[in-house]
Amino acid sequence: MSFSLQNVSDRLKEDFGDSIVNCVEHHGELTVEVAAGDLLKICQVLRDHEYYACEQLIDVCGVDYLLYGLDDSSVAPEQSSPNRFAVIYHLLSIKHNRRLRLRVFLDTDLPVVDSVVDIWSVANWFEREAFDLFGIIFEGHPDLRRILTDYGFVGYPFRKDFPISGHVETRYDPEKKRVVYEPVSIEPRILTPRIIREDGFGG
Amino acid sequence: MAEIRNYTMNFGPQHPAAHGVLRLVLEMDGEVIERADPHIGLLHRATEKLVETKIYSQSIGYMDRLDYVSMMCNEHAYVSAIEKLLEIDVPLRAQYIRVLFDEITRILNHLLWLGTHALDVGAMSIFLYCFREREELMDCYEAVSGARLHATYYRVGGVNRDLPDSMPKYEKSKWHNAKEVAKLNENRQGTLLDFIWDFTERFPGRVDEYETLLTDNRIWKQRTVGIGVVSQERALQLGFTGPMLRGSGIAWDLRKKQPYEIYDRMDFDIPIGTNGDCYDRYLVRIEEMRQSNRIIRQCVEWLKKNDGEIIADNHKVAPPDRVSMKDDMESLIHHFKFFTEGFCVPKGEVYSCIEHPKGEFGVYLVSDGANKPYRLKIRPPGFAHLSALDEMSRGHMLADVVAIIGTQDIVFGEIDR
Repeated sequence: MSFSLQNVSDRLKEDFGDSIVNCVEHHGELTVEVAAGDLLKICQVLRDHEYYACEQLIDVCGVDYLLYGLDDSSVAPEQSSPNRFAVIYHLLSIKHNRRLRLRVFLDTDLPVVDSVVDIWSVANWFEREAFDLFGIIFEGHPDLRRILTDYGFVGYPFRKDFPISGHVETRYDPEKKRVVYEPVSIEPRILTPRIIREDGFGG
Repeated sequence: MAEIRNYTMNFGPQHPAAHGVLRLVLEMDGEVIERADPHIGLLHRATEKLVETKIYSQSIGYMDRLDYVSMMCNEHAYVSAIEKLLEIDVPLRAQYIRVLFDEITRILNHLLWLGTHALDVGAMSIFLYCFREREELMDCYEAVSGARLHATYYRVGGVNRDLPDSMPKYEKSKWHNAKEVAKLNENRQGTLLDFIWDFTERFPGRVDEYETLLTDNRIWKQRTVGIGVVSQERALQLGFTGPMLRGSGIAWDLRKKQPYEIYDRMDFDIPIGTNGDCYDRYLVRIEEMRQSNRIIRQCVEWLKKNDGEIIADNHKVAPPDRVSMKDDMESLIHHFKFFTEGFCVPKGEVYSCIEHPKGEFGVYLVSDGANKPYRLKIRPPGFAHLSALDEMSRGHMLADVVAIIGTQDIVFGEIDR
């Protein structure tokens, strides 16, 4: 672990104690796993405290870990893990020229997390996007509407159990003289199977 | 007295000044904007979901179609994320080629932005001027990749092929006689690098032409000075990056602050604005074009002198060349595996970003060790900028909204993904 990130990691553990679930460095990037309940408190400090000074929130995105580590030959687990969804926050400190990644795991049945809109205004649309695509609810968000999908869209398309072809297709019906929705007629197919090779495969 | 009410106006998605498929719902008090609610997603293609179903190398082409006016920069962010996870090094020559084309792309993007922005505000001729130069740069794209727009030129570990030794030439037709064709082909006699060099000789003069048309133009200044002012604090809060952030006076450029490839060897300056209005952002982008021109010249000089590999010599992630496949069994196997199964990327996650012409373009890649990405999140700069449209346009007139959309350099390919 490089020197300065090690310092940040130590300092985080010191400042927040048990609120930090995990703190790892990979490829020169620090990933901090945070308990969902403490997110707002931590974000506030990360933005305002001079040592962190994360003035900018670069990105917020959802991740669905339902099929993580499984390839097309493995059998899907009957019970999904209790922490299926995660929200990832990418922070940037312009003052210290440093990046930080926060990860919050959420409940599978009811993925709810506090909104950080009041801390970084830019979170508004990024959280709407995560809500739209993953169905993650951001509590305290002023205007949690769908943003990217069509008006009246049903379902959360970026979840791993949502098929790539979707559930409905649309066409113009000349008899009814309007656009109608019907179940998709495309058979799902896999052109290249998803494969996970063991370490050191092929030399 | 008649009752005065606010009314709602729909702007777009078919409006020519909406830069694509933006639908704006504007709440107006007379001609003054009370609230702007952009409706986006009309160009949503679920790129991030699509790439989860394809092997890594097949998705490079999708990246071109995100921000379809700065194609190679998108590819750059994507391939660099994979390279970071694979921990492979890119040969020096490939890094120079990438920087060369990143900067060509920056000029391409800024030229289109300048032309359309000025056109929206009411200046016609600047549009034609900008497209004149874009034409030559797209010829460079075509010479190197075969495509004028969607190049798919960058590869994991390098670039697809080396720079060509000759430029395609115009041929005689019923519109151009031999004498005209000879004149058109004058700067196409040498290699691609000679052609680019010739362009960089002329380009600063061309930028002067644009500035003659706009910088001191009274109408242009009336339409942009003091419009869409964003303070430093708000620019940070609103997630601005790139020229939008620098226009507000924050000297932040990833090419300088977190240099990737060989930007640390390049000599260039970062322009910043002072007032954070549309006019400052215009000046910043104009200066960026001049600085890009400088970087291109440095790259061309280096590339003319130095030869070398253009893609990593690792046949797990880069295909072997065609010649070796003819008599080398192992190369043939590598080639077959590369294009059918692809390569597995080690477990982990990375965020890789580059200084895209529009701002910080990032790719967050999660891999679980498979030959396809587990999750790919694209961080488009325009998305954050457009979300600030409401705040930037409040209290302005309807016509100013057009200027603000222009200054944000909105392209829907990347916002809707």
